[in-house]
Amino acid sequence: MKNAVEFQNVYKSLGSKKVFRDFNLAIPAGVITSIVGESGSGKTTLLSLINGVGFADSGSISVFGQAITRENLLQTQRGIGYAVQGAGLFPHLTAEENICLVARSIGMKSDWIKKRVGVLADLVNLDQQLLKNFPHALSGGQQQRVGLCRAMMLNPSLILLDEPFSSLDPITRRALHSEIIPLQKATSATVVIVSHDISEAIKLGQWIVVIKEGALVQADSPENIISRPHNQYVVDLLEAMS
Amino acid sequence: MKGLLILSLLVQLSLTSFASDAIRIGSKNFNESYVLSEIVASLLESEGFDVERKFGLGGTLVCYQALLASEIDIYIEYKGTVQQAILKESKPDLSLDEMSVLLGEQISLLPPLGFNNTYAIAISREVAADLSITTISDLERFPLFKAGFSLEFLNREDGWPNLAKTYGLSQNVVGIEHGLAYQAIKNGSIKFTDAYSTDGDLKNFDLIILDDDKRFFPEYLAVPIVRTDLSAEAIAIVSQLEGKIDDKAMRSMNAKAVIERYSFDEIARDFLSNDDKTRKIDQRESFWQKLLKNTFTHIKLTSIALTAGIFFGLICGFFAYNRQRISGVVLYSSGLMQTVPSIALLALMIPIFGIGEVPAIVALFLYSILPIVRNTITGLRGIDPVLKKVVVSIGLDERQQMYRVLIPLAMPAILSGIKTAAVISIGTATLAAFIGAGGLGEPIVTGLALNDVNLILQGAIPAAILAILVEFLFSLLERLILKPHMRQGITLN
Repeated sequence: MKNAVEFQNVYKSLGSKKVFRDFNLAIPAGVITSIVGESGSGKTTLLSLINGVGFADSGSISVFGQAITRENLLQTQRGIGYAVQGAGLFPHLTAEENICLVARSIGMKSDWIKKRVGVLADLVNLDQQLLKNFPHALSGGQQQRVGLCRAMMLNPSLILLDEPFSSLDPITRRALHSEIIPLQKATSATVVIVSHDISEAIKLGQWIVVIKEGALVQADSPENIISRPHNQYVVDLLEAMS
Repeated sequence: MKGLLILSLLVQLSLTSFASDAIRIGSKNFNESYVLSEIVASLLESEGFDVERKFGLGGTLVCYQALLASEIDIYIEYKGTVQQAILKESKPDLSLDEMSVLLGEQISLLPPLGFNNTYAIAISREVAADLSITTISDLERFPLFKAGFSLEFLNREDGWPNLAKTYGLSQNVVGIEHGLAYQAIKNGSIKFTDAYSTDGDLKNFDLIILDDDKRFFPEYLAVPIVRTDLSAEAIAIVSQLEGKIDDKAMRSMNAKAVIERYSFDEIARDFLSNDDKTRKIDQRESFWQKLLKNTFTHIKLTSIALTAGIFFGLICGFFAYNRQRISGVVLYSSGLMQTVPSIALLALMIPIFGIGEVPAIVALFLYSILPIVRNTITGLRGIDPVLKKVVVSIGLDERQQMYRVLIPLAMPAILSGIKTAAVISIGTATLAAFIGAGGLGEPIVTGLALNDVNLILQGAIPAAILAILVEFLFSLLERLILKPHMRQGITLN
């Protein structure tokens, strides 16, 4: 299996806190990987290292075989879709302007942009009428659909979803859950979902990564996580879910 | 940095505009000083000189510094003030010639005009009669009297502290603008105040002057104080005024201004025609012309200062907002600026920028920075952390992050900072008249000198209207720039 993201011997401190010490991880390409951990486990820092918001103190991180440097940072970021908890839409821009922000900034043709927005809206089941609205006039679910469109606008081969569903109501969350897998199949992109909820992680992920206090606990298929948990921590997580 | 450049350009521009051949005549901001300076100005004009009037400067320090800095060429000073406040010479009875020597080569005193306007202590005639108070020594018996003194008198060598020491007085004192002190005696909030012996208003308020029985107050002969580089011809003309104005004449001219409401110009014309001097009749500006001119100057001062403040404030804010230490320094120093009282800041500008519009603009500029910098920094820092995380993650370069996302998000706060700065500037600019910058403060300063509420209102009302108008215009601008949902949460500060 080819890897989309690789961490090798990564050290990273934030202030005086050592988040990662000799951290190694491989994220397989073309599937959905769920990263599970409690808050403070380092999962947010993990994402920030992948999309170049932070850089490792030492060790190497590569995305599709290429190390992220300050020189190729913007290029790399544009190849990575990014959606966050609560969608993180810019309130001064309409839904459509949010989706097109980067595409317009880098000078994509407006014909192409328009077509692409239509395709994406259909893909995430978003009524195109809503695109002219400002974020505050959209429901939480609609906002998150716009957020997903924004993440997929430049047709990225890697999509990072940072707790994307955690501030949604249960019904909307379930609806979006059921759309993520077909979405991934349709785009054949690598999807990384960060979550503190192991049931969500197992439901969506074809590969599960459990981390605790900056250390890898277990990286495995969902079946193995359930049937062969490496240690008590994974067992506790699973028990909390049932 | 761009802001600084523009500022220094402005300074140079205005400095060149000062360099005209006209004789620049200053006056302090009280009635008598206006009258005397107008007499000097009218006299020089009648002899064919070009004259520039820089009247109503805030006190001895401002006038003298302006003279030193060659911002004015001449004004009328008092012998005692030269000795005590300028030369800080405690030796009594220095002659005028000795003083001229001590003043150095650039500054010289001309022969005295005649009258002696000594400091005096004024008290209501009724109170004095009831309690049989006739001398300053008598005040010792009334330690519970409240006194109000002009700030200058409170701080002079020949002012309250030494007066109190000499006479053993222990009354409670408050600082009060001289123009308001008589009114305060009338309504009973203070019992006595400092006055000038030639004050035309004493009669108006039914006040008497207490006998200086220990001869504390020095002689206050009025003397023209000039720069020695003034033309010999002009000096000769002003010297003709020697001995021409006695106590009575001065008191009557003061009364004409304060009680009968003659303009300084009319009083000067009267005086000079008695004195067999002819004078070109110059056209007096109408009320509306003056209002228009003052309003225009006011708007000019504030808009130049505000524009520079916006430039500089925004640049500082953008530069500092994500640099903890720098933004601390920036906020601290601009906050410090705000704590300097406006009149003190204006006075501090004089040694560097002289008097007139330039120092006023610089001071207003310094005042306008804080609200703009502070709101820019808090506006940018107050952006939702999730949005900040997104903006650095999606592949926008730093410029794009700033212009497309961060600035628009901080815009409500930035705009309200600019609005605050504008309103503060309009208010503070009224003080600029104290250093000869003109504007709507001019009628206020003159009105204070004349104790003329009408005149004060002629400055205060338009200034208030202007402030309200500016507030309104900026609210309109916010409506134009910001979409409705971005306006929510804007607070007026």
